[in-house]
Amino acid sequence: MLSQIPLSYFLIVSTLMFFIGVYGFLTRKNLITILMSVELILNSVNINFVAFNRYLYPEQLQGHFFALFVIAVAAAEAAVAIAIIISVYRKFMNIDVERVDTMKH
Amino acid sequence: MSIHEIMFFLFAGMIILFSILTVTSRRILRAATYLLFVLISTSGIYFMLNYQFLAAVQLTLYAGGIVVIIIFSILLTSHINHRFEKIELKKSIFTIIAVAAGAILSISTILSYNFNTKVLVTENPDMQLIGTSLLSYGKNGYVLPFEVISILLLAAMFGSIVIAKKEKSK
Repeated sequence: MLSQIPLSYFLIVSTLMFFIGVYGFLTRKNLITILMSVELILNSVNINFVAFNRYLYPEQLQGHFFALFVIAVAAAEAAVAIAIIISVYRKFMNIDVERVDTMKH
Repeated sequence: MSIHEIMFFLFAGMIILFSILTVTSRRILRAATYLLFVLISTSGIYFMLNYQFLAAVQLTLYAGGIVVIIIFSILLTSHINHRFEKIELKKSIFTIIAVAAGAILSISTILSYNFNTKVLVTENPDMQLIGTSLLSYGKNGYVLPFEVISILLLAAMFGSIVIAKKEKSK
């Protein structure tokens, strides 16, 4: 049964995933890989929401619905980010964050 | 070890392994594929927790939608055989130290906190309940975030079209 797995296992998995995403966010230089790290971070937050919902408040569905809304926000964010990335690529012919510094003062 | 535990450790191991591969792989298309595996194993965890609708949404929207547009943009902006240069060792080590400190702090907090876990109700919320509470405005109703999300999606659609369209040549 599910009760054999404590809640903290889920939280540890999502914590590790979150910090792996932060590592990728800090070390990568390509805009698309940075976007993928952000997706990892959002996904780990979703696991937290759902596990808390199932283990602590199973009679309400708040975590479930907010996980749904986070997925929708992540989809919108990915669409806008990719539009920006394509626009940047047209202007600079690459998407390396260190070479896109025209607006840097 | 029960079948539930075996499944959980399988999914957890896949998530962590493929997350690490996503942020360390030097070929960008492979990184996107590893991200796809992470998202699929996450939906496996939702199935384990018996939220089947959420797991289906995760599969279609995340694994089906977001990964596809990421791969599309990779094909538009990079060369397939291009490899990233290695991350500087110094930068990598300092980032690992910072990230590991954060992870250890969070995990020790989680392990020391005593969660007041209730008797588990493991039934799957049926579609009728999900649909009515998404559109009701009483207690346990989520019509306000639902409408906000719909406006956000519309704005994101317009915004991405306007940003990505070609400028007129003068």
